[in-house]
Amino acid sequence: MATAPRTLVEKVWDDHAIGDDLLFVDLHLIHEVTSPQAFEGLRTAGRKVRRPDRTIATADHNVATGPGEPDELSQGQLAALERNCADFGVRLYPLGHRRNGIVHVIGPQLGLTQPGMTIVCGDSHTSTHGAFGALAFGIGTSEVEHVLATQTLPQRRPHTMRIDYAGDLGPGCSAKDMILGTIAQIGTDGASGHVVEYTGAAVRSLSMEGRLTIANMSIEAGARAGVIAPDDTTFAHLEGRPGAPKDFAAAVERWRGYVTDEGAAFDRTVTVDLRNIVPQVSWGTNPAQVAPITGLVPEPADETDERALRYMDLRPGTPLSEIAVDRVFLGSCTNSRLEDLRAAAAIVRGRKVASSVRAMVVPGSFQVRADAEAEGLDRIFREAGFEWRGAGCSMCLGMNPDILAPGERCASTSNRNFEGRQGRGGRTHLMSPAMAAAAAVTGRLTDVRELVGA
Amino acid sequence: MKPVRVVSGAVAPLDRASVDTDQIVPKQFLKRIERSGFGEFLFYDWMQQADFPLLWPEYHGAPILATGRNFGCGSSREHAAWALQDFGYQAIVAESFGDIFATNCSKNGLLTVVLPPDAVRELIDSAPAEATIDLEALTVTLPSGRVVPFEVDADVRERLLNGWDDISLTEQREAEIARYEAERERVGPDVLAI
Repeated sequence: MATAPRTLVEKVWDDHAIGDDLLFVDLHLIHEVTSPQAFEGLRTAGRKVRRPDRTIATADHNVATGPGEPDELSQGQLAALERNCADFGVRLYPLGHRRNGIVHVIGPQLGLTQPGMTIVCGDSHTSTHGAFGALAFGIGTSEVEHVLATQTLPQRRPHTMRIDYAGDLGPGCSAKDMILGTIAQIGTDGASGHVVEYTGAAVRSLSMEGRLTIANMSIEAGARAGVIAPDDTTFAHLEGRPGAPKDFAAAVERWRGYVTDEGAAFDRTVTVDLRNIVPQVSWGTNPAQVAPITGLVPEPADETDERALRYMDLRPGTPLSEIAVDRVFLGSCTNSRLEDLRAAAAIVRGRKVASSVRAMVVPGSFQVRADAEAEGLDRIFREAGFEWRGAGCSMCLGMNPDILAPGERCASTSNRNFEGRQGRGGRTHLMSPAMAAAAAVTGRLTDVRELVGA
Repeated sequence: MKPVRVVSGAVAPLDRASVDTDQIVPKQFLKRIERSGFGEFLFYDWMQQADFPLLWPEYHGAPILATGRNFGCGSSREHAAWALQDFGYQAIVAESFGDIFATNCSKNGLLTVVLPPDAVRELIDSAPAEATIDLEALTVTLPSGRVVPFEVDADVRERLLNGWDDISLTEQREAEIARYEAERERVGPDVLAI
């Protein structure tokens, strides 16, 4: 039977749709912050977790990454997660377990994230897993409870949007610059109501780490999910991991089908020209308020911009490269993988963190941390004056003691520069790992190309 | 969940675009394991600023919040919906909403109503003048008396009007789910086996 050409997203949808309004969930990821009320709901109603074999938990948002214990409330939430997972038979990787780490880092690392799957988690950055050609999106706590109880979610067939990259990535640029430039172009609601597929030769040539960074920030453009078609890079990354299928060759054969057919139609298409992209930094309080590092703090276009400039204490016309920073944060589900740490270490090697700056590296998982230590990256960072921390979400959202003081300015590899995100009154500039490393050594926002002689 | 049909009363204005859920409930209040009591943390940082309009007495107790486009973008924290509801809002009106936020609201019986820019503008500019949102008729009656239609997903509307619990509804489809698992479910990964 001949079928009409379909997009990758439509194929994943069709494979998991029960009727036209219910979606089967292949993998449900759990963490301590958005799950306690869901488990409590199950308890009250006398329900069970329907599929513990497809449910996995980690502690990441609240955990301390340095010496000292988490505060009492955080400990209570971490204890609740342990109790809930024990009571309901859910596999948990708590702090101290070698597989512990940020939920969106450990899924791909363990080979649990695979092409063609449906993946949900009570966290908006679940879009990250779309880098493998999975339909992955963030949900709220009521939906977490729904998935725990039924392994399904009420959903409508998503609208699709293609973001196509033209041209190649320039010197000093990474996946982070691609996605920041994209959000600056289309806005924080530019992809609302859609699932995005990222296409173009530049996407094909990215490593899995780079693709994860792009898919991760889909939500910052308003898209619940973003996907990248799987290819040999994807399959090579999966092979040999604990969760990878036993008959790997057969799985690869099946996975190769998760691509958009020739002639399949998207509801919308946007082209981003990479020839216009140089290293990017955010200057405001949303992730679309982004400019090239070679540029100036812009004139405000509206009241939202005016508010942002006031909060950030910036004057229009100031060269971005003259903005001094107090803190540098290398971490988060956006940029805390081995490749990210390597990119930053390459800039830091043989240099020192500026005396005015406090800089820290928070690897995305304990596996990433161990891998980085095995190749000596920790020594490069420590010798330069970086703090080398345990794994977790840390200062991306500051639920643990890793926060900015009011007025402090931070060069950060995370995903959100919202007011107070990294600490009340703190000011966040988003950028790539290499750019954050450059800011650490010069003490100001810096075009990383100046440090590599590009 | 209690059925929702009509929300009628004063309008509180928040004339800002892309208000993210970090502003609605900052992260330091996400450590609680309860579902209630989040109202006192609503817009916590902004509530410390004297010029924040929602503090003004004329807007106290208003059941409707009118605000700028892309309200509730960012983090998936359902605590944002819980806080708005606990504070006393029964409906939020805006040009557009963050997707996850709007879904979270619908699970709690908090209405999110998408209206054209001119209608939202009228609500904000004439606040606290009263408006009426009718989920059955799918209309908003603005303070001027003008009646504006709005759209809601048909399933969501039916669920809200009847106060139905999503999980119970899905459980009634057990046979369909079991059939999917038996016939169409893809193998693994089995997280208990790794």
